[in-house]
Amino acid sequence: MDLVRYTLRRVFLSAFVVVGVTFLVFVVAQVVPSDPAALYAGPRPTAEQIAKARVTLDLDAPLPQRFVSFATAMGTGDFGVSYKSRRLISQDLRVYLPATLELAIFSTFLALLLGIPAGVIAAARRGSWLDRIGSLGSILSVAMPTFFFAMLLQLVFSQWLGILPLAGRLSQQISISDPLPFLTGFNLIDAVTAARPAVFLDALAHLILPALTLAAYPAGIAMRLTRAAMIEILARRHIVAARALGLSAPRILFGHALPNAVGPALTVIGLSFAYALTGAVLVEIIFAWPGLGRYVSEAILSKDFPVIAAATLVVTLCYVMMNLVIDLTQTLVDPRVALT
Amino acid sequence: MRCATVKGASAVTLLEIQGLSVTIPSALGPVQAVRSIDLCIARGEIHGLIGESGCGKTMTGMALLGLTPAYAQVAARVIEFDGVDISNSAADLRGRRIALISQDPAAALNPVLTIGRQMDDVLRTHSSNSKAHRAATAVALLAATGLADAPQLMKRYPHQLSGGMQQRVVIAQALATGADFLIADEPTTALDVTVGAQVLALLRKLVVDRGLTVLMITHDMDVVAAVCDRATVLYAGLSVETGPASAILTHPRHPYAAALLAALPDAAPRGQRLAAIGGQIPPSTETISGCAFSPRCPAVMALCHTMSPPARGAGNHRWLCHLAQCAP
Repeated sequence: MDLVRYTLRRVFLSAFVVVGVTFLVFVVAQVVPSDPAALYAGPRPTAEQIAKARVTLDLDAPLPQRFVSFATAMGTGDFGVSYKSRRLISQDLRVYLPATLELAIFSTFLALLLGIPAGVIAAARRGSWLDRIGSLGSILSVAMPTFFFAMLLQLVFSQWLGILPLAGRLSQQISISDPLPFLTGFNLIDAVTAARPAVFLDALAHLILPALTLAAYPAGIAMRLTRAAMIEILARRHIVAARALGLSAPRILFGHALPNAVGPALTVIGLSFAYALTGAVLVEIIFAWPGLGRYVSEAILSKDFPVIAAATLVVTLCYVMMNLVIDLTQTLVDPRVALT
Repeated sequence: MRCATVKGASAVTLLEIQGLSVTIPSALGPVQAVRSIDLCIARGEIHGLIGESGCGKTMTGMALLGLTPAYAQVAARVIEFDGVDISNSAADLRGRRIALISQDPAAALNPVLTIGRQMDDVLRTHSSNSKAHRAATAVALLAATGLADAPQLMKRYPHQLSGGMQQRVVIAQALATGADFLIADEPTTALDVTVGAQVLALLRKLVVDRGLTVLMITHDMDVVAAVCDRATVLYAGLSVETGPASAILTHPRHPYAAALLAALPDAAPRGQRLAAIGGQIPPSTETISGCAFSPRCPAVMALCHTMSPPARGAGNHRWLCHLAQCAP
């Protein structure tokens, strides 16, 4: 019962956030000191061209009316046309968004799988060399600049060891001579539905280095948070009680202590997912990853407002959904969360 | 060796400890959490371990479970469980023959796991039975501790239960290990008086029904009176008196045991001040010369400060005191 009420409240709050962001995006577009009509009309427009663009873009209509038509368009997935390329934004997003989501989701799982167990083991073996190596690794992974870590990984795994590809989403033999049919845009999923295991492995190999680069920071933080929380939990009486009942050390660590300690780490990893959506421009550039970050940063430089608005909304939506998933995961791990 | 018991010479010794000490190194020098404790517990009895905070009660229990801190040094002349020397293997018996009923059940249960999961974790540690079989066992054990509607309870979380129910779950967990020796660490301290009395009655019943033996760690003389067969009084990490609970409650021999009883609210006549024991327990970093209780003893003599007290009494009831006659 608590869980149902909690879920409903979360969903309502999420919807509220999405509506709020839509409003903000619209307001910002009005305030920004640039004339959309001039941008739309192309380079060095004449006054006549600009006036024509004003009519096309319906810029003379009253503000409330324009907001309503803007919001309806966004709500129906009609993001309009890029000022610069004149391409349909929804078509661009069909390509860039899956590429980014694939990377962000994969790196989020990597961060979970690396950071949390490392924190548990460091806490269980506090003061040992394992703990020291883990703590050093977490500091390095947080402190090292992204581009440097990315190039280091490329150097070691691609240049020296030659076991992972340098960049791109797929090998050229595949993407040029024998491309995957476009279904979801997630290469891993499309390879499975097309029943092509070799392509799946190729896409996975391309995913590892950029995902590792993106996962370094959240994994490092998650490791430190998990370690600190675990040290506190392991001193609690119910852990002593579990030991007194003869439970094995791994079961106590992962089955009894970790569910009490994992909350802060989950929150941080959820936040870092948002960062991976658009903040990963450097990673996308270094690994030649055709993602949303590059798409949006180019749009920002050319004041391509419809693209910025569409990307902002899509990212908000992804982020809100990810947060919802994290919040609900928290209540599954710790039922007391639903009471607050 | 057999220890004397209330039930007569036929009772078999389950646990025998002589000269147990637990020393913890610290910046201020070694802390003697337990200085020298003798314990003799017969199978089937509830043995009270009485003393105020800091006298080494809980640390004694932890030493029996092999759960003292890693840096603590545990030593004993004799430490035998069921006739076997366990000085190096207490951890092996933990959860198999010896189990703990923790004080404060709210803290002793994991807040994020269901009761069923916590019961099952214990059961599958100690058996290879099927999941369905274990679930049935868990329900039976919960029911045996007097919990109504056990199947429903399995799906609940600890915070959805009352303190008395939580303590019953903790007891059911201890039973789930299959252990025959339970260390109950202040099992009623966190509970209301009436609920505490029910829990004590339950323990008494389980001891009889299942042939258990219980070491009841407590500071509460009422608990000793209610359920204990025999008792040992601790002072500053030393066992100063041991004997049948009734004898200790009615005719305590050691001046400390006598002072403890006199300090009970019931002992003071109505309208008069309660009798408190003046002074403090000697700090556990201090080396004791003479009798540990001498600075606070109402019947202190000159030699108490310099000479360790001799063992007195015989058979059933023994104590450490320079006084030849019983305490004032």
